Amino acid sequence: MSDSLGEGKLAVTSSPEGPSAAGDGARQASSPARRVGRSGWGQRLEIALLAGPAIVMFVTFVMLPVLLAAYYGFFKWKGFGPPTNFVGLQNYVTIFKDSTFRDALAHNGVIVVLSLLLQGPAAVLLALLLNQKMRGRSVVRVLIFVPYVVSEVIVGTGWSLMLQTNGAVNALLVKAGLPHWTVDWLSDPKVAIWSLMLIITWKYIGFAVILFLAGLQSIPQELFEAAAIDGASYWQTQRRITLPLLGPTIRIWAFLSMIGALQLFDLVYIIWGQYVAATAGTSTMATYMVVNGRNAANYGFGNAVAVVLFVISLILALTYQRFVLNRDTEGALTEGKK
Amino acid sequence: MVTITAPPLSPTTTRKRPSLGRASWVTYVVAFALVGICIGPVLYIVIGGFRTNSEITRDPSGFPSTWQVVNYSEVLKSSIFWRQVSNSVICGVFTTLGVVVLGVAASFVLARYSFWGRNAMYALFAAGLMFPMTVAITPLYILIRGLGLTDNLAGIILPQIAFALPTTIIILVPFLRAIPKELEEAAAIDGASRLGFFVRMVIPLSIPGVVTVGILAFIASWNSYLLPLFILNNEGSYTLPLGVQAFAAQYSVDTARVLAFTSLSMIPALVFFSLFERRIIGGLSGAVKG
Repeated sequence: MSDSLGEGKLAVTSSPEGPSAAGDGARQASSPARRVGRSGWGQRLEIALLAGPAIVMFVTFVMLPVLLAAYYGFFKWKGFGPPTNFVGLQNYVTIFKDSTFRDALAHNGVIVVLSLLLQGPAAVLLALLLNQKMRGRSVVRVLIFVPYVVSEVIVGTGWSLMLQTNGAVNALLVKAGLPHWTVDWLSDPKVAIWSLMLIITWKYIGFAVILFLAGLQSIPQELFEAAAIDGASYWQTQRRITLPLLGPTIRIWAFLSMIGALQLFDLVYIIWGQYVAATAGTSTMATYMVVNGRNAANYGFGNAVAVVLFVISLILALTYQRFVLNRDTEGALTEGKK
Repeated sequence: MVTITAPPLSPTTTRKRPSLGRASWVTYVVAFALVGICIGPVLYIVIGGFRTNSEITRDPSGFPSTWQVVNYSEVLKSSIFWRQVSNSVICGVFTTLGVVVLGVAASFVLARYSFWGRNAMYALFAAGLMFPMTVAITPLYILIRGLGLTDNLAGIILPQIAFALPTTIIILVPFLRAIPKELEEAAAIDGASRLGFFVRMVIPLSIPGVVTVGILAFIASWNSYLLPLFILNNEGSYTLPLGVQAFAAQYSVDTARVLAFTSLSMIPALVFFSLFERRIIGGLSGAVKG
């Protein structure tokens, strides 16, 4: 989840009046600039001057690499000189025949699903609980956000020390009188994926809670008053009013969570390293890509894995936007197509 | 509509605060436990740095019997640590500056000009949101190597700016759009060009949004691991996350010192976060309120 969430894709929202592109275009048509009679060329120059650098940077470092990957992925290439050994779809065949990759893909699937199941309900409950008048509410909000701000490297280093067989977690279990609960958290393949989920949940649940708390505050208070007058119980109110109205926020969070889980790299690579992840059952497509592409100096192959990762993420993103987000919201991708 | 919006310029302080239910003792217990779970591991790292190795081996989950500062002072005395700090600072500062300058300019165009292809441009940046750096890292590394920027902090800064642009633009566009038209008209009547309006009015008015995106960019840069892992191979150019990992590998037997090094490396991000926590969490809340 290298930069996925960490990069601060924070404030995703469903906004009632959001930047409606089409409507705004109409408004802009009568904007003062038009009325003061600016020459078309002058305006074009301003646009180029202001937006040009950002577009150039974005296309060069974000778009171009993805296109390059599609090209390099057809070659067997060690990364030096121009790629010449064209192998067609051979890299892709190798990827899908490789059981290590299929394992990694399966781990990604497990991580996507478990992230939703572990964090979602817990975060909704915690947000409901914290959305009450209480002392120190703002302190709580800050402190539960701390794991999200701490870097993956620090989280990985800290947790891998704590989860060693002779580490703090097992020691605490012994102290708590639960010595038979101590396990080999990191290398036992039956346990390791759950340890990873524990760390992921710890690191990212604060983000979900903060997001849901913000969503809860946008629900009009009148609805709760009306429900109370109608004699609805607390749980009825939550189920009939709060949850449906929190729906858009939950769906956006789920989207971010899934994309992040598909791209998960840092935590696994830091805690399990390049060799252990596969045997411990925590490898992901991204760690597979780095290990078999860059570390093995098979850049053609690495780029093909990047393309697979890209296509899987894109399919998931578009499917989700089409079938889940489109009813109550419009996706960022479809924004411009209205 | 899925958009990432910033808090509207008009402060929402006048909005009636919802009258919330009173918290019972259960709430306090759960909140306390939650906070404990969230900051426990962080405290473990910080406190572990004050212990000795033999103490950590004997009782991994205990408190220091005497608080040792030697681990921290050793790290603070080492030149490697400070070189990594300065590399991280350089990356963070220039990434933030680049993101803010390019992001504000592009957002201004998207928010206040109408031109053919504007929607396509918005969609282009919005699409970037869905693809974190992981997908692009392998070809990106080849591109950076082709530009001769490996082992060079510029090779970190430039891609980081590019990858932070989508979030920045999507947060800033609604912000800039919310600046009243009357202000622009008044500026036009007073003879200001649109660029003059941009420099004199838009930049000062968008400071709150700029601070938010700037902090997000800085923290992301400070914590970034994958890109430096690919681009920086020479230890002299390491940023802190790589440094922490290298240090943990090199001194794997000296757990206490690793913990001290790790705690010191998270201070700046935590300080930044706690200084601007209201703005980050508030911005998030405002965003979802819509």
